[in-house]
Amino acid sequence: MDDTKQLEQFEAKIAAGLKIEPKDWMPEAYRKQLIRMMSQHAHSEIVGMLPEGNWITRAPSLRRKAILLAKVQDEAGHGLYLYSATETLGVNRSELLEQLHSGKAKYSSIFNYPTLTWADIGAIGWLVDGAAIMNQTALARGSYGPYSRAMVRICKEESFHNRQGYEIMMNLAQGTPEQKEMAQDAFNRWWWPSIMMLGPSDDKSPNSDQLMRWKVKMESNDAIRQRFIDRTVPQAEFIGLKVPDKDLKFNEVTGHYEHGPINWEEFFDVIKGNGPCNAKRIKDRSEADKKGAWVREAATAYAAKQAKEKVIA
Amino acid sequence: MNLQQAKFEYLLRLGDSSLIIGHRLSEWCGHGPILEEDIALINIALDFVGNATSLLGYAAQVEGKGRTEDDLAYLRGEREYRNLLITEQPNGDYAATIVRQFLYDTYTFFLYEELKSSKDETIAAIAVKSHKEITYHLRHTTQWMLRLGDGTAESHQRLQTALNELWMFTSELFDMDEVDRLLINEGIAADLDKVKAAWEKRVNEVITEATLLLPVTNIKQKGSREGKHSEHLGFLLAEMQYIPRSFPGSKW
Repeated sequence: MDDTKQLEQFEAKIAAGLKIEPKDWMPEAYRKQLIRMMSQHAHSEIVGMLPEGNWITRAPSLRRKAILLAKVQDEAGHGLYLYSATETLGVNRSELLEQLHSGKAKYSSIFNYPTLTWADIGAIGWLVDGAAIMNQTALARGSYGPYSRAMVRICKEESFHNRQGYEIMMNLAQGTPEQKEMAQDAFNRWWWPSIMMLGPSDDKSPNSDQLMRWKVKMESNDAIRQRFIDRTVPQAEFIGLKVPDKDLKFNEVTGHYEHGPINWEEFFDVIKGNGPCNAKRIKDRSEADKKGAWVREAATAYAAKQAKEKVIA
Repeated sequence: MNLQQAKFEYLLRLGDSSLIIGHRLSEWCGHGPILEEDIALINIALDFVGNATSLLGYAAQVEGKGRTEDDLAYLRGEREYRNLLITEQPNGDYAATIVRQFLYDTYTFFLYEELKSSKDETIAAIAVKSHKEITYHLRHTTQWMLRLGDGTAESHQRLQTALNELWMFTSELFDMDEVDRLLINEGIAADLDKVKAAWEKRVNEVITEATLLLPVTNIKQKGSREGKHSEHLGFLLAEMQYIPRSFPGSKW
C-alpha cells in the first residue's frame, strides 16, 4: 500500500473516533510530535517531584506528610507510565533522559519556580495540578491509544492532588493572620505562572490544522486557559484570596472572566532556561542519574549472572 | 515505673524509629538511582509515616495528657526521642541506605511477627497491618543486598563498607531494660532475645549469599532508650519540626 493510501486510512480511522495503536501505520510527523509531547509530559512529572519533594521532610503534620508522599509517589508513577507509553513509539527511556539532562528536551515551565513556603505546596496542587487537569482531560480524548489511556488514569489521580492542594490553601486562608498571608503570597507567586504553563496564546502559537485533525492537540491553549480561569477565580474568592490581577473582570455577556495582559516575555525566558530554578532542576536530575550509575550497573551485572546460572542449571 | 508509663515508653520507641527512618527515606525523593527506586522508596517511607502515626497516636492516648500524635512528633526534643540510632544515620550512598534498611527491616520483620500476638489489642492490630508492609520492604532490601553485593566490584566494595560502618549500631536493637521486662511479663512486648536469634540467622544467610563478609567489631553504640543520640538527630528534627515550632498553636 502506498503512503497516500495509508495516510487516508489513518485519517479516516481518527475521524471515526478510533485509536491509533503502537503497531499501526502512522505518519512520521505524528510519531515525532507524540514523542515530543509525551516525553515532555514524562519529564515534567519527574522534574515536578523536586519542588514538592523539597517540602516532604518539612511537612507540618503527619497527615500532610503522608498525603504529600502519596502525591509525589503518584507523580513518579505518572513519569514511569508516560516513559513506557513513549517507548511504544520506538524510543527508549535512557535516550529521553539524556535529552532532559543535556537540556535538549523541555518540560513544563512551571517547575522552574521555587517552592518557598509550605503554602506553595497548596498552591501547586490547587493551581498547577488544576491547570494540568484542564489540559489532560482534553488529551484523554486524543487519538494515540497508549497516551489517551494514560491520561484517563492520570487525571483521576490529579483530581485528588488538586483537591488536597485546595484543602491546604483553604485551611491556611482560614487560619491565623500569618497563615493567611502565607497563602496569599503563594497565590500571588503561582497564579501567573500557572496561567502561562498552558502555553503561548493562540496568536503566538498557531495550531496546525493537521495536529488538530490528527487529534494530537485537542483544544487551543487559550480555550483551555479560559476554562481554568473560569473555574479557579470563584474558588479563590470562596476562600477569601485575592486574584493578583487588577484587570480581572467578569463579562456578563460571555459568561467568562477576562484577564489582564500576560507577561509572555517571562514565559519565553523561563522556557529558554533562564527561570529561577532551571539550572538547579537539571543539575539535581543529572546528578541523581550520575550518582545512580553504579547502582544500575550492579543491577545489570547481577541480572546477567543470574540468567547465566539459570542456563547452566 | 507502672504499666502505663512502660507502655507509653515502648510505643515511643517503636513509633519514633518508624518516623525517623521514614524521614531518612523520604530524603531520597527525586534523587534515587532509577525512577523505579524513587517510587519504591517513597512508598516505603509512606508506610513508615503511617505506622508512626498509628503508634504515636496510641502512645498519646495511653499517656492520657491530651497530646496528639503530631504533638509527640513535632514538639519533642532530641533527648525525648527514642528511635534506634541506626534509623537516624544519614543516607550516605545507595549502599548505605540499603544496608541500613536491610538490617532494620529484618529486625522489624521478626519484631512485628512477635507483636502480632501481643496481649495489647491495639499493638497487635498495628503489628498485623505493619507486618504485611514490612514483608514487602524486606523483600525489596534483600534483593538489593544481593544485587549490590554480587553485582560489580564497585557495588560489592561499597556495600561491604556500608555494612562495616553500620554494624556498630546493630547490638542496640536487642537491648532490653525495665520497660521491656515489665511488658514482656504482661505479654505485651516482644522478647528481643528471640528476635535476635532469628535476625542473626537471616542476616548471616543474606550476607553470605551476597558474597559479603560479616563485620568484626567490638564497638557497640547505644543510648537511644535514654534519648542519647548521634549528632545527626538534632538536624533532622530541626528540619522536620520547624513549621509547628515557628507557628505555635497553628493548625495545618
